[in-house]
Amino acid sequence: MTGSLFYFLTFLTLFAALGVVFSKNPVYSVLFLILTFFSLSGHYILLNAQFVAAVNIIVYAGAIMVLFLFVIMFLNLNMDTEQAQKKSVLTKVAGAISGGLLLVIMIAVLKDAEVGSYDPENFDSQIGLVENLGHLLFTKYLLPFELASVLFLVAMVGAVMLGKKETQQRHF
Amino acid sequence: MEIPVIAIQALIILAIFGITLLIATYCTWAERRIAGFLQDRPGPNRVGPWGLGQPLADAVKLFFKEEFIPANANKWLFIAGPSLAMLTALMSSAVVPFGNTLVLEDIGPIRLQGIEVNIGMLYIFGVVSLGVYGIMIGGWASNNKFSLLGAIRAASQNISYEIALGLSLIAVLMMSGTLSLREIALQQAEPLFGISGMNWNIFYQPLGFIIFLTCAFAETNRTPFDLPESEAELVGGYHTEYGSMKLGLYLFAEYVNIIVVSAVMSTLYFGGFNFPFQNEIGALLSNDPRIAHNIITILGTVVFFLKIFAFIFFFMWVRWTLPRFRYDQLLNLGWKGLIPLAIINIVLTGGFILLSEHFGW
Repeated sequence: MTGSLFYFLTFLTLFAALGVVFSKNPVYSVLFLILTFFSLSGHYILLNAQFVAAVNIIVYAGAIMVLFLFVIMFLNLNMDTEQAQKKSVLTKVAGAISGGLLLVIMIAVLKDAEVGSYDPENFDSQIGLVENLGHLLFTKYLLPFELASVLFLVAMVGAVMLGKKETQQRHF
Repeated sequence: MEIPVIAIQALIILAIFGITLLIATYCTWAERRIAGFLQDRPGPNRVGPWGLGQPLADAVKLFFKEEFIPANANKWLFIAGPSLAMLTALMSSAVVPFGNTLVLEDIGPIRLQGIEVNIGMLYIFGVVSLGVYGIMIGGWASNNKFSLLGAIRAASQNISYEIALGLSLIAVLMMSGTLSLREIALQQAEPLFGISGMNWNIFYQPLGFIIFLTCAFAETNRTPFDLPESEAELVGGYHTEYGSMKLGLYLFAEYVNIIVVSAVMSTLYFGGFNFPFQNEIGALLSNDPRIAHNIITILGTVVFFLKIFAFIFFFMWVRWTLPRFRYDQLLNLGWKGLIPLAIINIVLTGGFILLSEHFGW
């Protein structure tokens, strides 16, 4: 049951991820990306990491992708403007070479990677639940957690500064 | 032993699904009757007694209208929009605890709830944040400037108010220490001033409740925050190009959202399925603790639905009383009013929790 669910979710994830790349219409790409996030959340649930699954949906599918869709709808990139700018041969060659290099690097890394193993005797299946995750974050990983929050605060202040109106600039 | 439990669970899920749709159907009738009452006119009263057949007549009308898709619309997404709106609206009622347990002799306790997950609050929050996709996709796919404007308004409005909504939920979470809606409801069964079943969160979180209520209006796109469809400026907003049952699904999804939001508010702040003097009433009605428990559970479910109806009435009352906000007023209220208030609420709650632990209240 879990095995077939895993294969179904994996198929869905890969299908949606390929859809993001191959869609001509950017709105379709965004919708495929949302589907990718959903199937990734399904994987998290299979790993009994419910908190990560829910937060993944809230943050990525619920907030960030809405903003993505928002911007893309405003730009209204459609087929006509996309096809108008033909890509030159040089661009295609450069794209193929850089993509191929990335593939080589990934194969090289994965070849020597140590796949993490787990001990079925001592494995704690409850490790992904909210209580355990919170406990770990506030004890063992307190410093990285607090540093990340400072980073977020800096980013927020920066975003507010960028979005702030200049003095004596009024639009309405 | 495994199969009957699953069968009962399926029955409960089906019942929740059916009841939600039934209430949503009669919300369309209640909305017009209440509007009529508030404006001193009868409202729909011709189809059946008190106009009770009106929703059926409307449904027949919507189903038999011509399915129309505008020439330059994106066909697939045009259909996907209302379907998604309805899907996300119906998904969220899965984790709402509609009642306590029914203890049957040979099967054991049955929870009157779709599914019990220990991240119920996050689930609701996640599904609510997905609700905007139906509106956005439908508005964009219509290929109409008014629809697109409505969709864009819906997106920025929902994102803005989600933050304050989440922050007001965090205060409840700090008090209860659990994300499970069922456990939050059970915690409110404790006695307060000697009255059992009255330990409601509203007495501890009045500010949080007001923030949540305001955000709920914005998230369900109800007046005074119904700017995505404001008919005076945008014709019909995101559903300008929609007709027949596709329009019906959009309007229906709004009512389902109201029901779910009312249920969540009742659970989080108004005691869920608990009601005053529940232990005393149970002890009075039966000496057998099992039967008393079952009677209280059934009464509690009835009370829970009464609370939902009260909130639905409140939503309609506000709709026909307050005028619509201007868009900049809406965003200013969200970002400059509700978010700072919600943060203050979190700090206050944290302070009170520390104090109560220190003095052992």
